[in-house]
Amino acid sequence: MSENDESQAQREAIEVDRTKGDFKYAEDYAFDAGVGLNPQVIDYISKVKGEDPWILEFRQKALKIFSDMPMPTHWATQDLDAINFDAIRYYLAKGQKPVRTWEEVPDDVKETFERLGIPESERKFLAGVEAQFDSEAVYSRMKDELEKQGVIFCGPTEGLRDHPDIFRKWFGKVIPAGDNKFAALNSAVFSGGSFIYVPKGVKVAQPLQAYFRINAENFGQFERTLIIADEGSEVTYMEGCTAPKFETATLHSAVVELVALKGAKIQYITVQNWSANVFNLVTKRGVAEEDAEVRWIDCNIGSRLTMKYPGVVLRGKRARGEVLSIALANDGQHQDTGAKMIHAADETSSNIIAKSISVGAGRSTYRGLVHMPKTLKNCKNNTECDALLINEHSRTDTYPAISVRGQKNSVQHEASVSKVSAEQIFYMMQRGLSEGEAMSLAVNGFVNDLVKEFPMEYSVELKRLIELQMEGSVG
Amino acid sequence: MQSPLDSRLQEAETQRFATQDWFAELRRQGWQQFSSLPLPKRTDEKWRFSDTRSLSLEHFCLAGVPSDEVVDRLIAQSHFISRPSGLLVHIDGHCVLRPALAPELATQGVKFESFEDALRHHPALLKEYILKHCAGLGGEKFLALHQAWLRSGTVLYVPKNVEIKQPFVSVHWTATEGVAIFPHTLVIAEDGAKVTLHDFQCSAEPQLRALAISAADLYAGKGATISRLAVQAWGLATQSFEIANTCGAKESLITSVNAALGARRARLENTIRIQGEGADVRLYGISVATGEQEFDQRTLQVHDAGNAKSDLLFKNVLLDKARTIFSGLIKVAPDAQRTDAYQTNRNLLLSPEAEADSLPGLEIEANDVKCSHGATTGQVNPEELFYLLARGIPLPVAQELLAEGFLEEVLAKVDDEEAAAVVREMFRQKFHS
Repeated sequence: MSENDESQAQREAIEVDRTKGDFKYAEDYAFDAGVGLNPQVIDYISKVKGEDPWILEFRQKALKIFSDMPMPTHWATQDLDAINFDAIRYYLAKGQKPVRTWEEVPDDVKETFERLGIPESERKFLAGVEAQFDSEAVYSRMKDELEKQGVIFCGPTEGLRDHPDIFRKWFGKVIPAGDNKFAALNSAVFSGGSFIYVPKGVKVAQPLQAYFRINAENFGQFERTLIIADEGSEVTYMEGCTAPKFETATLHSAVVELVALKGAKIQYITVQNWSANVFNLVTKRGVAEEDAEVRWIDCNIGSRLTMKYPGVVLRGKRARGEVLSIALANDGQHQDTGAKMIHAADETSSNIIAKSISVGAGRSTYRGLVHMPKTLKNCKNNTECDALLINEHSRTDTYPAISVRGQKNSVQHEASVSKVSAEQIFYMMQRGLSEGEAMSLAVNGFVNDLVKEFPMEYSVELKRLIELQMEGSVG
Repeated sequence: MQSPLDSRLQEAETQRFATQDWFAELRRQGWQQFSSLPLPKRTDEKWRFSDTRSLSLEHFCLAGVPSDEVVDRLIAQSHFISRPSGLLVHIDGHCVLRPALAPELATQGVKFESFEDALRHHPALLKEYILKHCAGLGGEKFLALHQAWLRSGTVLYVPKNVEIKQPFVSVHWTATEGVAIFPHTLVIAEDGAKVTLHDFQCSAEPQLRALAISAADLYAGKGATISRLAVQAWGLATQSFEIANTCGAKESLITSVNAALGARRARLENTIRIQGEGADVRLYGISVATGEQEFDQRTLQVHDAGNAKSDLLFKNVLLDKARTIFSGLIKVAPDAQRTDAYQTNRNLLLSPEAEADSLPGLEIEANDVKCSHGATTGQVNPEELFYLLARGIPLPVAQELLAEGFLEEVLAKVDDEEAAAVVREMFRQKFHS
C-alpha cells in the first residue's frame, strides 16, 4: 500500500468513529459579543454578567497584557501564528442565569447530554454535575448532602458575586494575568468554568464533574476554574470533553487554579478528545501548602495543537505534587504537554510520569520544569517520560529543564523512546489477532499503569479512545 | 606590545595572509559576521540558565611573542605524557615548539603541524575541512570571532589505514594578562586510520585573565578511529568558549573526553554528526566546579544516518557557589532508523549554594530507535558516606574520595592511562586548592 493510500485509510478509520461526536445544533444565542477582541467586547461581557467594577478592571488590564505580550514562538511551535484572533467569538451564552433544576434545562441541551452518554439517571449517581454548554454554565446541581457539608460548586460569575470573601482572595493569584499570553487572554474574556470551595475537614467522597462542549464554529472557549480545598479537606474534580468537528480553527484557552491549604488533597482529572482543528492552550497550576497534595491526571487526545503544562507550586513543608500524563498525537496533531514542579519549601516531593504515543505523522512533545532553589533542603523529584512511536514518520521531542540547588535535594529524570516490539506484535498475530488489534493492545499496555489511576468510567472511555485512534495505524 | 581587538587590527592581521586569498576572505567574513551579530540575551533559549550579563568581549588584546624565559619555563611544563608521537606548544597564540615527527610517520604521510605551518604547506586540506559547520548551539557570535582572528592551532592528518598508537599532544598556554587567543584543532583521520590527540589548555598563572575562543573540527573517515582528550585548565579569570564539531563516517569510532577545571566561565558547545551507518560516537565530560565558576555544556547528537550509535555522559561535581549547565539534544532524522542514542547527565552537589541545571532533550523523527536520556542531581550517597566515616575517615576526605569515585567512570574511558592519571591528579589538586 502506498503511503498516500495508507494515510487516507488511516484518516477514514479515524473519521468513521469520530462522527459519533459529530453533531451540531442551530446556533441561537441570546447573547453574543460579536467577532474579534477589543475593550468594548470586554465591557460587554462584564456588563452582561453583571460583574463588580474590580472584575471589569481585572479583565481590561489582562487585555492590555495580552495585546502587549509577544507570541511565545521563540520556544514554541510557529503553528501558533496560525491563530486568527480577529475571527474568534469571545463570548456567547445560552441564557443569563444558570439553571438549577433538570426541568429548566432546554430540550436541545438535554439531547446533547443524551448523545454524550450522560443520562440523567447516571448523573444522580455523581456527586454534582456542572455541565457546561458553551460558555455559560447552563445546568448545575449538587446533591443535598454536598450542600449540607458546605461545599460550594458554581460558575465564576456566581462564585465572585456570591462568595467574594472565599474566592476573591485566590482568584488570579495562582496564575496571574501576566503569567503568559494565553492566561492573559483567558483573564480578559473568561466565562464559564467551575468555582469550588471545600470547607475544612470535608472529604468529598464522589468526584465532582463538569462536561462541556464547544458547539459553535469559530467560537473560543475560555473557561476559568478555581478550586479551593480548605485545611484537611479532599476533593476530586473531573473534566472531560468531546468536541464536534469544524472546518475552521477553534481556540480553547482555559485557566485552572487549584489551592490546597494545609493538609488538603486535590486531584484534578482531565480527559480531552478535541477535534483536529482545535488549538488547546491551557494554563493549569496548583498551590500546595503544608502537608497538602495536588495531583494532576491529564490525558490529551486530539486537537491540532495542545500546549499544556500542569504545575504545582510546593509552598508548604512536606507538600506533594504529582502529574500523570498521557498524550496521543495522530496525523497533523501536536501534543506539546508536560509538567512544572516549583519546590518552594523543605521536604517537598514531586513526581512526574508522562507517556506519549505518536501515530502516523503525529508529534508529541514533553516539556518540563523542575526547580529547587538554594534555600531548600530534603526535596525530591522523580520524572519519567516514555514515548512510543508507531509509524515510520511519527515524531517525539523531550525538553526538560531541571534546576537544582540547596542541601540534600535530589532529582532524577529518565526518558526513553521506543517502538512497539516486533516480537510482541508477532506473538499476538500468531494467536489470531489482526495487526491493528495487536498494535492497539500493545499501546494500551504501554499506558496501562497510568490508565489504572483514572476513575473507572474514564479508564474505560480512555481505552476505547485509544483503540479508535490506533485503528488503521498499521497495514 | 598589546593592541585592542578592533577593525583596524583585524584588517592589518588579515593582510598577513594576503597570499592565501580564501583564508583572508574567511577571516574578513568572520569579522563582519561578528560585528553584525548581537550578544546572547538571557531570553535566548540556547542560553537558558547561562549568566549572559557577565558576557564581555571588551578589554582583551593580542599578545606579542613571549620571552625566552617564559617559553623555556612553559615548555618544561608541557610534557604531560612521557613519549608522545608529537608535541606542539603554543603560548598566547604563538607556536613555540614545533614537533619533530618520527621519520616513519612522516614517510607514511602523517601531518602534525601548527595551524600557521599547515596553512602554508597544505592550504587545500585546510580549505576543505575548517569551519564547515555553523555553530548551531548558540555560539554563532563567538565562532565568528574565532574565525575573524584565526591563525593558531593544531592540524593532525592521518592518511588511509595508518594506525598510530602513541598519542599526539597539543598544549595551549596563556601567559599575558588580558590576552585573547583563538586556537583551532583540526583532526582528520582518513578511512581506516587510527589516532589519539590530547589537547591541554593551561595558564601560566592560576588567576590569569584571558579570553579563549577555541574551535575543534574532527573528521573520522570510513572505519577510522579518533580519540580526543581535551583538558580545559585555564586560569580562574578566563572566559573560555569552545565550539567543537565531530563528524563520523560509516563505521567510524570516535571517543571524545572533555575535562573542565579552569576558567571563570567555560562554555562548551559540542555537536556530533553521525553521517554513516555503523558509526559509534562517544562524548564524555567531567568537571569539578568551585568558587563561582560556571561550566556551560551544550551538546547536540545529530543522527543523519541510521544503524549507528552515540553515547553521551557528562558528570559534574559542584562545590561552593559554582554552577553547571548541561543542555543536550539528540536529534534523529526521519530516515535514521535503528539508531541507538543515549544521553546522561549526573551532577553531584557538594554545597548548598551550588546550582546544577539540566536540559536533556530529545527530538526523534524515526520510529525504530532506541533513545533514552537520564539526568540526576543529588548528593553523595549517605550510606557510602557513613561507611567511610565509620572507619574514621574525616568528612571532607570522605566526600573527596566519593567525588573522585564519581568522576572515575568517565576517566576510565580515557584509553591512555598515563594521560588519565595526569587528569586525575589535576582534579585531586583542585579539590585541595
